[in-house]
Amino acid sequence: MKERDHGPPRWMDRIIEFYCRKDLLEDLQGDLHEYYARNLDKSRRKANLIFFLDILKFCRLYTIRKPKLIGQMTFFNLMQNYFKTSVRSIARNKLFSSINIVGLAVSMSIGILMITYLSQLFNYDEFHEKKELVYKIGTHYTDLDDGDVIDLASTSVYIGDLLKKDYPGIEDVLTLQGWADKDFTFNDKTLQLDGIYGSESFYNLFSFEMIEGDPATALIEPYTIVLTESAVEKFFDDESPVGQVFKSGEDLYTITGVMKDMPSNTHLPSFEMIESFATRRQKAKDSKGFVSWGNVWNYHVYLLLEENTSIETVDNYLKEISSEENAKRDHYTLSFDLVNLAHLVPGTGKSNNIGPYINWTDINKLLVLTAIILITACFNYTNLSVARSLRRVKEVGVRKVVGASKKQVLSQFLLEAILISIIALILAFGLYLLIKPEFIREVVDSESVELSFRINHVLWYFTFAVLIGVFAGLLPAIILSRLKAISILKDASRLKLFKGLTLREVLIVFQFTVSMALIISATISYRQYEFSINYDLGFRSENVLNVSLRDTDLDVELLKTELEKIPEVLDISTAIMLPGTQSMYMLDVHYQEDSLGIYYNRVDAEYLRLHEISYLVGGGFPLERKDSLAYIVIDEKICEKFGFEKPEDAIGEIFKNANDGRKLQVSGVMKDYQYADLQNTLGPTALVQNYDDKAYYLNILVKSDNMIELMDKLEGAWRSVDEVHPFEAEFYDDQLQQAYAEYKTMFRLFTFLSLIAISISLMGLLGIAVFTTEARTKEISVRKVLGASEKNLIYILSKGFIIILAISSLIAIPLAYYVFDTYVLVEFRERITIGPTELLPGVLLIIFVALATIGWQTLRASKTNPADMLRNE
Amino acid sequence: MKGTNLGEFEEIVLLTIASLLTEAYSVNIVDEIADITGRKTKLGVVHAVLKRLEDKGLITSELGEPTKERGGRRKRFFTVSHTGKVSLMKAKEQRDKLWNNIPELVFQGIR
Repeated sequence: MKERDHGPPRWMDRIIEFYCRKDLLEDLQGDLHEYYARNLDKSRRKANLIFFLDILKFCRLYTIRKPKLIGQMTFFNLMQNYFKTSVRSIARNKLFSSINIVGLAVSMSIGILMITYLSQLFNYDEFHEKKELVYKIGTHYTDLDDGDVIDLASTSVYIGDLLKKDYPGIEDVLTLQGWADKDFTFNDKTLQLDGIYGSESFYNLFSFEMIEGDPATALIEPYTIVLTESAVEKFFDDESPVGQVFKSGEDLYTITGVMKDMPSNTHLPSFEMIESFATRRQKAKDSKGFVSWGNVWNYHVYLLLEENTSIETVDNYLKEISSEENAKRDHYTLSFDLVNLAHLVPGTGKSNNIGPYINWTDINKLLVLTAIILITACFNYTNLSVARSLRRVKEVGVRKVVGASKKQVLSQFLLEAILISIIALILAFGLYLLIKPEFIREVVDSESVELSFRINHVLWYFTFAVLIGVFAGLLPAIILSRLKAISILKDASRLKLFKGLTLREVLIVFQFTVSMALIISATISYRQYEFSINYDLGFRSENVLNVSLRDTDLDVELLKTELEKIPEVLDISTAIMLPGTQSMYMLDVHYQEDSLGIYYNRVDAEYLRLHEISYLVGGGFPLERKDSLAYIVIDEKICEKFGFEKPEDAIGEIFKNANDGRKLQVSGVMKDYQYADLQNTLGPTALVQNYDDKAYYLNILVKSDNMIELMDKLEGAWRSVDEVHPFEAEFYDDQLQQAYAEYKTMFRLFTFLSLIAISISLMGLLGIAVFTTEARTKEISVRKVLGASEKNLIYILSKGFIIILAISSLIAIPLAYYVFDTYVLVEFRERITIGPTELLPGVLLIIFVALATIGWQTLRASKTNPADMLRNE
Repeated sequence: MKGTNLGEFEEIVLLTIASLLTEAYSVNIVDEIADITGRKTKLGVVHAVLKRLEDKGLITSELGEPTKERGGRRKRFFTVSHTGKVSLMKAKEQRDKLWNNIPELVFQGIR
């Protein structure tokens, strides 16, 4: 364009082209250009300026494009009208509106819950300033012998040290370990503090606020600790804690800093104290295994990358290191991954997490259930609106004749749906507040989840309500907007609205399938839970009180003597773990040339007596101990693996503990002993005599009618021996039940959801039943006049619904069976078989209630006097 | 109807269009008014008036040939319509009547 050199700047032209009406533009723009050419004689700048001012001056009412603006004005007016119509229609149809609003509100309260929960989950570790650059190393452990793959959140100290020393691009490395809980003594006061071990870069990578002390140096030296504010309050009044010395056992710890209490939305466990990782290193300096390639079970390593280091670079470092190291090993391989600090929670299902952990798969399950409930409620709206639309047909007809477009009718009915959904939102919020505490306690089961309200949630809730409104209202809106004005007004009664009839039935089938599947799920979960807690474990657990011994220096014998003084105490034994409660200890034993990894419990002779272990052959071990060897009671699996043909052959044989070389003589072979809970496979198991007085639990067999009084007595005995630690005693049966708490939760969750789904679908069914019987009153009257009996009428009216219920149960029963049989119950080694007793009761209950709902309506309709109905025809 | 009476500036513009014959387009009109009356009118004002006159049906317009100085855009030429001519005549008649009613001696001493 040659003219451009002489013309005004293009952007100025664009302005006028933007606002000016098409029919005026060419002429006006031409004029301005002509003037511009004239002004160019003076100076280009002046010409530009005048041109620009002219453009602004010409922006007048008659030049700017009007159609759009006017369209908006009418749109606004129409909206007002739609709004009024919607409110009136909601108010007029009280039954339908309340069914819709209540149904939506109930399901939306769960939606709100999920939104709040998710928003909190995505908030984890967001407060760290360097979160973009901080990555945590995770480990994939592959056992080459049995092919097991374990995904670990932990890794080895070794890899962290190596990366820090030899690899460029990594600014800092942090090593953490959990479980640093210790008793500290200061000024004659002894208290236990929960803690973690952290290396000196703790405050460099994480943004925790230090109140006193230097965050850069606080954790460098061995035997230094940083306290949180609440820990400081436990020990100190006013004086500054920094520089003070705490005593723990023989060790002296210097306090080097005080930090603010940690927030709950982090992947770290809640701690009151951080001990320098250097202490850990110093204590373990003689142990070869501490900093080794394979010690990946306890330590957590975080990397702070330099700004320009890509994560691929570090990934390649890790691949390089692991391929080199794996080549040296026969039994396992390790590979690593990097997870950004802000993406640790929710995570992808790793074990050995340092703190709170929420698995994506669990969240997804909850999301799917929420979506199903929401869809069920939306279908209610869809169904009832379509059914009711016959009454709105005339309104649509008039609107269309007056000139409403398809789009306008569509937006009117969408608006109505959104309005209902927003009313439901308000109700839902109230319900949400009611169910929130229960949800946190039962489903989330984590102290770190608070579900606190934030102002931006309002926006989310609102968006959610609008989306639900659109989803629920779209179908009826489309159906109504497609109607032809002429056919409506010519003869509304002959209108074929019910092309959607099959669709409506499909929606009801969906609702009832969901309800039935959920109630079956609840039944199955409950049956499995009941089965699990009543399963015969092969040892006595009733009336056994387990006391955890947190202090390893405790004089157990003294405690036993004190406890035995209480008459209600029948027997006392010690053990290092409690079988059936999900914890496990492993041990390598040698027998001649063979070696075997076995699950074991270290117990005293009293343990066998107290727990009533039953033997195939042999018996328990004697009360007194020998220095040279210890006794062991094994199960049949060990016999089998070590090649004894009969259990008798094993008696008296000597095994060797591969860890410390101790000889173990077999004193008996026991019958089924359920070491693991029913979800875990049962490996070879043994009970090893407690040859070095190590014990973490005291098992007390009690007999008392007054448990509260007994507990007081027991606690008194405990207090006389251990003043520092709280008395923690629980009945074994309760602890065993806790191992299956997940299934109890599942049962409660499914029950809750199925109740919601059932009530929503029943409300929907009621609405539809009311509508159909109303629409068919004339038909009923005519039939009655012609001689149909009430029974006949009820049959005719409910036939359709019965078919729907039958189809639903035909879908729901196999579906629930399949899901539980192939996905859920396979987790159990010992499980129930799903039969009619699990599948049918819930379904029959729903069918019964549904039929009662329909029956109520049909009975009423069949009882009407035909004369009343037909008189006015 | 309000529009039957011409405003003062409307009348001037209308007369200018009539006097320019086939050359009456916005820029020319502004120039011509400046030449004859000595009034510095703005294009925006003239443009608005032209628009109003066209809405009243007093003038008609058509697009001419594109010219280079206008960046290849066409001019809009205006002509006075029949109604326009009638209202101009009517306005002139009214004024003539009024002039005729004024005795000579009123203007004595001015000429």
